[in-house]
Amino acid sequence: MRFETAATINPIDQLKVVGKPADRIDGPLKTTGTARYAYEHHEGVSNPAYGYVIGSAIAKGRIAGMDLAAAKSAPGVRAIVTADNAGKLGKGDRNTAKLLGGPDIEHYHQAIALVVADTFEQARAAAELVRVDYVRTDGAFDLAAVKDIAKPRAVFGGPADTAVGDFADAFAAAPVQLDANYTTPDQAHAMMEPHASIAAWNGDKLTLWTSNQMIAWGVGEVAKTLDIPKENVRLISPFIGGGFGSKLFVRSDALLAALGARATGRPVKVALPRPFVFNNTTHRPATIQRIRIGAARDGKISAIGHEEWSGNLPGGRPEGAVAQTRLLYAGANRMTATRLAELNLPEGNAMRAPGEASGMMALEIAVDEMAERLGMDPIEFRIINDTQVDPEKPERPFSQRRLTECLRTGAERFGWNKRNPQPGRVRDGRWLVGIGVAAAFRNNLLTKSAARVRLDNNGVVTVETDMTDIGTGSYTIIAQTAAEMMGVPMEKVVVRLGDSTFPVSSGSGGQWGGNNSTAGVYAACVKLREAVAQKLGFNSAEAEFADGEVRSGNRRVPLAQAAGDSGLGAEDGIEYGDVDKKYQQSTFGAHFVEVGVDVATAEMRVRRMLAVCAAGRILNPKTARSQVIGAMTMGVGAALMEELVVDERAGFFVNHDLAGYEVPVHADIPHQDMIFLDETDPMSSPMKAKGVAELGICGVAAAVANAVYNATGVRVRDYPITLDKLLEEMPDVG
Amino acid sequence: MRSFTYERARTPAEAAASAMRKPDAKFIAGGTNLLDLMKLEIETPAHLIDVNGLALDKIEPTQEGGLRIGALVRNTDLAADARVRRDYGVLSRALLSGASGQLRNMATTAGNLLQRTRCPYFYDTNQSCNKRKPGSGCAAIGGFSRQHAVIGVSEACIATHPSDMAVAMRALDATVETVRPDGATRTIPIAEFYRLPGDTPHIETTLMPGELITAVTLPKPVGGKQIYRKVRDRASYAFALVSVAAIVQRDGTGRVALGGVAHKPWRVEAAEAQMPRGAKAVAAQLLADAKPTRENSFKLALAERTLGAVLAEAKG
Repeated sequence: MRFETAATINPIDQLKVVGKPADRIDGPLKTTGTARYAYEHHEGVSNPAYGYVIGSAIAKGRIAGMDLAAAKSAPGVRAIVTADNAGKLGKGDRNTAKLLGGPDIEHYHQAIALVVADTFEQARAAAELVRVDYVRTDGAFDLAAVKDIAKPRAVFGGPADTAVGDFADAFAAAPVQLDANYTTPDQAHAMMEPHASIAAWNGDKLTLWTSNQMIAWGVGEVAKTLDIPKENVRLISPFIGGGFGSKLFVRSDALLAALGARATGRPVKVALPRPFVFNNTTHRPATIQRIRIGAARDGKISAIGHEEWSGNLPGGRPEGAVAQTRLLYAGANRMTATRLAELNLPEGNAMRAPGEASGMMALEIAVDEMAERLGMDPIEFRIINDTQVDPEKPERPFSQRRLTECLRTGAERFGWNKRNPQPGRVRDGRWLVGIGVAAAFRNNLLTKSAARVRLDNNGVVTVETDMTDIGTGSYTIIAQTAAEMMGVPMEKVVVRLGDSTFPVSSGSGGQWGGNNSTAGVYAACVKLREAVAQKLGFNSAEAEFADGEVRSGNRRVPLAQAAGDSGLGAEDGIEYGDVDKKYQQSTFGAHFVEVGVDVATAEMRVRRMLAVCAAGRILNPKTARSQVIGAMTMGVGAALMEELVVDERAGFFVNHDLAGYEVPVHADIPHQDMIFLDETDPMSSPMKAKGVAELGICGVAAAVANAVYNATGVRVRDYPITLDKLLEEMPDVG
Repeated sequence: MRSFTYERARTPAEAAASAMRKPDAKFIAGGTNLLDLMKLEIETPAHLIDVNGLALDKIEPTQEGGLRIGALVRNTDLAADARVRRDYGVLSRALLSGASGQLRNMATTAGNLLQRTRCPYFYDTNQSCNKRKPGSGCAAIGGFSRQHAVIGVSEACIATHPSDMAVAMRALDATVETVRPDGATRTIPIAEFYRLPGDTPHIETTLMPGELITAVTLPKPVGGKQIYRKVRDRASYAFALVSVAAIVQRDGTGRVALGGVAHKPWRVEAAEAQMPRGAKAVAAQLLADAKPTRENSFKLALAERTLGAVLAEAKG
């Protein structure tokens, strides 16, 4: 189905099932431990062997020699896979560094071997017996040190540099100016389930049970790396214990499991130990950002500029932190610049809202600072600079944009009028209390997505698509979509996901999964409705699907009967024309945060949070809310604690476990509230929905930072905002 | 993890004797720290002596009016004990500020005292660490040292002791009861139990080879306001940047010990004479010989300010 013009009324608009806060259908499986994760598919394999990954002990250089003798003769060892004996391997396009390194080493903990043994314990013990001699070479590990030799680099299809009007002149002439630098650190996805795979070969056909967000991408990458036809690779990933972008691409666990299984002739299981997840896989790269804003005294922005520096391995991409600044606020004179330096740290890649999450961390502090310079309320300053059109191309409107309503609704609900604009004035016992706000912004991405639906003689609708559920609720919203389309209750829908034998979907990433995958299911259901109508001799345009029946005029036939013994099936997908070229599609929101800062220790604790989101039709307010409050929590982590600390001598992330890499715990998140504005976006898809899971993180950290400033009067521009950055400027406590 | 042999000890003396007899033996109780370290091959014992069956899990009054806490009393039970809550509040508070409920259910009193540092370089076997591999150097010096010690450090090691409980024990003047491989018992004042790193940071306590902790004894209650204040980046499940265990009497005299600043719970009795004069005076003496790194020098101001907040709370 081609989607080329605004959606009109369709069966989804009935909202009998869609739009309802249905419980997650995978919930009971997960709470009872019966949902099988990648490492747990014991039913699919018999007599598996266990692989243990060895990672490079150096960041850059090469392996001079590996002594495998002791490990090979250790109890239970069946094979040791290295680059030396793995045969010729290709490299997928979506990874920067090789998944199996050697002899050249590209980053710390790059996989250099897999020890395969009868038991996990034997493999792990034998791995410690492998002796590796390295020759180190110098690397670049400090972004600030290489910033000045960074080069322009395009990102996410946009150019490296953008310019509208005359930024330099307009900024210089602006009566009120801000010119400030901000930094964001390297961050880890820190999802609960580490990367894990089981590989089994049947002749030349490979089956991989793995934990992956993008099944079709994964198939292509595995096939290319192993130089085998795509048809010979099957990926299965029905449940995923969190991904946040870390599992967009196959990682070393999948490749090494496949190689280990080939070497031993047995299925092989590989899970990355937790300390490996941080340096072996990908992370959100650190940024240095410079933001300049010039405005007239009435608050109207005349010039806005945003420059970004980030680093990555040779061939890697920039973070893309300037993206939102091209679209969020009005202003006639604008510029952005994206610069990338080569670093020899582990691979930087996508993490929840790549680009915007980092960019909004900086931009929304800058906007708060600018409002203060103007003597304006920061909400009013944002509203005054709101725009209904792409500021770079005024002929191009937003499909929907209700930023102002988000801000006003949130201000009302949160009690913004109680905020004292003078920082450092509100005290509650030992706490200095502050309130902060930030806009939320994340683009809505359209990408094709297909599904297969089948109706059987019990009236059960089965949906198959390679869409994944990374904890987001995909199973549930797809079931709701099919139920709405076919006029059956959700209990009559079976959803099967995460298998490369199913039609190719959008997958889960970039907050595109919800809208696109359900639109694909919508398309397949339209086709199935036609097949049902045609079989019954109904006019498909008039046929009504409701209560398990199909009706036309006086005739009503139960779906089970219509399907007959042979059942009926249909397969289709959604494909998009240029609606996202004609209309800028983005999602909007506002984050409000109240923090307490201990007057003596400068410990910061969030007291309450509110997000207001305008993101098209909310397909399931319960799962969508879970996405947003999870993202808000992640934003608090980014604000106050998350940082992969670089050892600039040895070139690795030092705090590589969940004790050292702190993310918020329950005690850090006392109270969260959120509101969805009632909205549909007919330009997004027949579902009229948009993404929401990444919108929820964009701006949160800045709202926290602005609240800390309001509480203390201390402006921190380097994340994370830890107490040591406040201490010197805190009031004397005697 | 290396292969190891395993036995269940029947008596404390037998456990100690066995530890002496078997090379590279370790005692195991709750295992909340040791098992993690074994999986990463930071600890590689050849033999484990399980002491969980040793009936050292009672909290009993002593003749002197104090409490004798069996080595195997779990952190959860110790924190919840009515006598501890009433007479040694600082201990209960310190325990509850550490780890998680699940870990406290397993972790024992003696095991808590003996837990190893959480220095990230100690935890990464690719990095040099004099504590893990004597003589290999200290990667933390000149590296990521925000969490590390600011006082009592050496050229060989700047690790901290991670325990909260031990800081309270130090403030309470606890004593450690042990049995040695020859069956003899002794008591070690907690002030003499921990060592500074010096040039042997791998030797962390004054326990002799094979010596087994059987109990920790608290002296008669000293009353006063008992406060444990732990400062950290997140609200729970994190090690202290700085912690203060304080016992403050009505006249402003008392005791303070700091956590998160040294290789052991940090207490300088002479500094306590300054308590009536306030936190600045105490901190000046308590941290007089501090040698912080660039990344952790904030701990000096933080310790002083936290101490100030604690003394103010005690007064209020």
